[in-house]
Amino acid sequence: MTKSELVEQLSAADPGLNKKEAELIVNTIFDSIGDALVGGDRVEIRGFGSFSIRERDAREARNPKSGEVVKIPSKKTPFFKTGKELRARVDS
Amino acid sequence: MTKADLIENVYLKTGYSKKESAEIVETVFDLIKDTLEDGEKIKIAGFGNFVVKEKSTRRGRNPQTGEEIEITARKILTFKPSQVLKSAINSDS
Repeated sequence: MTKSELVEQLSAADPGLNKKEAELIVNTIFDSIGDALVGGDRVEIRGFGSFSIRERDAREARNPKSGEVVKIPSKKTPFFKTGKELRARVDS
Repeated sequence: MTKADLIENVYLKTGYSKKESAEIVETVFDLIKDTLEDGEKIKIAGFGNFVVKEKSTRRGRNPQTGEEIEITARKILTFKPSQVLKSAINSDS
């Protein structure tokens, strides 16, 4: 399911919402989560899961073509931990 | 940030009441959870993909006792962040 299909389903599930309103809501939700993560904040959605930032250490790697050693700087990556309820539902 | 903050943001953006905003946010996550429960993935452009993966049975070890145990086959949910989100998070510092 893509974001536009989610928008359509939200609009269908709630007769009070037209597609444009549903789109604004879906965008607001994911933009809010993204903004919080960019700001270094952790996001916890009960029943769904939590998003946090994990630091990846700097490391040396090799260019497989040239064999040249390259330094990869440390970086941050978003991490999602599935909530208990959803983990159980996905595995059922 | 919690679900209450998300509801607040939807309330501020849309002009729906807080009660309506709470119901709408709940509906969005219910739709997402129902889809994932069916084993279907969710692709949110600019954010990332939620994908259900099948894990086969494997042998593991209880790290405390060293005892060998069988880890049963299961389905797990993985999140793959989009390049856009990864870049935004790294450009911040």
